[in-house]
Amino acid sequence: MSTSAIDKYQPVIGLEVHAQLSTLSKIFAPDSTEFGNMPNTNVSVITLGHPGTLPKLNKKAVEYAVKMGIACHSEINDFTFFDRKNYFYPDLPKGYQTTQDRAPICKGGYILIKLKSGEEKKIRLNRIHLEDDAGKNMHLAGEVDTLVDYNRAGVPLIEIVTEPDLRTSEEAYALMTEIRKLVRYLEVCDGNMEEGSMRCDANVSVMLKGADQYGKKVEVKNMNSIRNVQRAIDFEIERQVSAIESGEEIFSETRQFDAVDGTTHGMRTKEELNDYRYFPEPDLQPVVIQGAWLEQIKATMPPLPQMLYAKFKSFGLSDYDVQVLTDTKEVAIYFDAVCAHTNNYKAAANWISGPIKSHLNELALNVSDLNVTPAQIADIIRLIESGKVNTTIATQQIFPVFLEGTTKTALQIAEEKNIIQQSNTDELIPMIQQILSKFPDKVEEYKKGKVGLLSMFMGELMKVTKGKADPKVATELIKKTLES
Amino acid sequence: MSITAEEIKKIAYLARLEFTEEELKNFSGDFNKILVWMEKLNELDTTSVEPLIHMSHEINVLREDEVKITLTHQEALSNAPKKDTDYFRVPKFLS
Repeated sequence: MSTSAIDKYQPVIGLEVHAQLSTLSKIFAPDSTEFGNMPNTNVSVITLGHPGTLPKLNKKAVEYAVKMGIACHSEINDFTFFDRKNYFYPDLPKGYQTTQDRAPICKGGYILIKLKSGEEKKIRLNRIHLEDDAGKNMHLAGEVDTLVDYNRAGVPLIEIVTEPDLRTSEEAYALMTEIRKLVRYLEVCDGNMEEGSMRCDANVSVMLKGADQYGKKVEVKNMNSIRNVQRAIDFEIERQVSAIESGEEIFSETRQFDAVDGTTHGMRTKEELNDYRYFPEPDLQPVVIQGAWLEQIKATMPPLPQMLYAKFKSFGLSDYDVQVLTDTKEVAIYFDAVCAHTNNYKAAANWISGPIKSHLNELALNVSDLNVTPAQIADIIRLIESGKVNTTIATQQIFPVFLEGTTKTALQIAEEKNIIQQSNTDELIPMIQQILSKFPDKVEEYKKGKVGLLSMFMGELMKVTKGKADPKVATELIKKTLES
Repeated sequence: MSITAEEIKKIAYLARLEFTEEELKNFSGDFNKILVWMEKLNELDTTSVEPLIHMSHEINVLREDEVKITLTHQEALSNAPKKDTDYFRVPKFLS
């Protein structure tokens, strides 16, 4: 399709993101939420929807949803309750999903995204609500039946629903990245899209630029990575534009994304008009979140990426450095801790993205596994600043000792290893004077303009000091002595 | 207010129930009688009355996030009309 056709249209995109909350037990029953167990072992009569059973709400699931709401600047609903969404599907044993329709736990709010151009954009949220996950249907080839595993049924979910504020697939990509970062910082969800603990449905429509009415929206499902969310949206925008350009009409439907060829396709059977007949769940009492409880939840909020981003920017670091440092909470908090012990922020950033990162990558470790304390990193930085060792020597000789675990200071290690640079002027000057007096003719040549001889003098000095003269200080001193 | 045969068919479909034409005809009579009876409520002015959603005034009935095994795998499957060692089995609904 010609780009000019695409250019005539304005895509409008909204996302619905489901995140499995990382509670130990399910939202309405005490069965385990553990992933990968034998089928139908994490189940209870409540999960299986047996008659006469009563659900009881998991306090932690409520708290996790509130934390996400606070992180997204949402209004925490002080009176929230559940509704039943009625439909029949084998993975839904109760015959309805327990969700929130009219009184979601979080209302409104927004998430800030950063685009490649550097531009920031506010994506408004409609709501965040709590609900239970469904089981898993398996349609195996050659099998006459569909097999159902209810281990996942009842795992707590939050659904984050955005307003249709996104205009490009890149914005959707940035938003998903930000949501994943947020749930991981908050430790309310592992954010793993490949394993399905975070899922995304995209509502995509296109309209002529300048139009005042949105086009018919199509819901695209089944994207198992953030990259695939972007691909699916790109495909869907092109498909809709070329359909409209060739005179077809877009109708509201649900389409599945196929990661193999990057296309979307409609369901083969025509969907009956959904009629979920929502009504308030009579078996669960309302939840009132305010006062001391709300304060308690607020007190457990970790520092958030946006906050740390701003803080690290104020240290005078580049966007790139700050991006790398705030990518995961563990690294950001480690860096922040190093900065509590030193004002040399750039050096701290370099230590983390340099020697520390490569050590962790090499052994496939996390920052939390690191043996070296932030104070020790600051200690090395100070030693380098004092001119006693240079960064290369510190990385090769002092850092490994810290990695093995030691109570020694960086200075003690340097002294033991005899790697302290001579930068003491009082000690170096007599040595330099002695060297110069040995080569009076060379000194003459230097004075006549043969400045290259400087390195020869430097070499002599290194011989005398066994390589420990601080090159920067020594060069200056030799020059000064020669010119005096 | 009255209800049409079409609406009753839709409600039956949503509840996965099947009725004969004869039964459907009887239903429209019964449904309409119930609806007329409920219309009695319209005589009351409820403009300042909050809708009654929950039957008790209790709030925050919550449990701690603790795992308990309450059902064995065998017990879980025992009432299923069709099953194998691991799974509940249902008629295949997608090819």
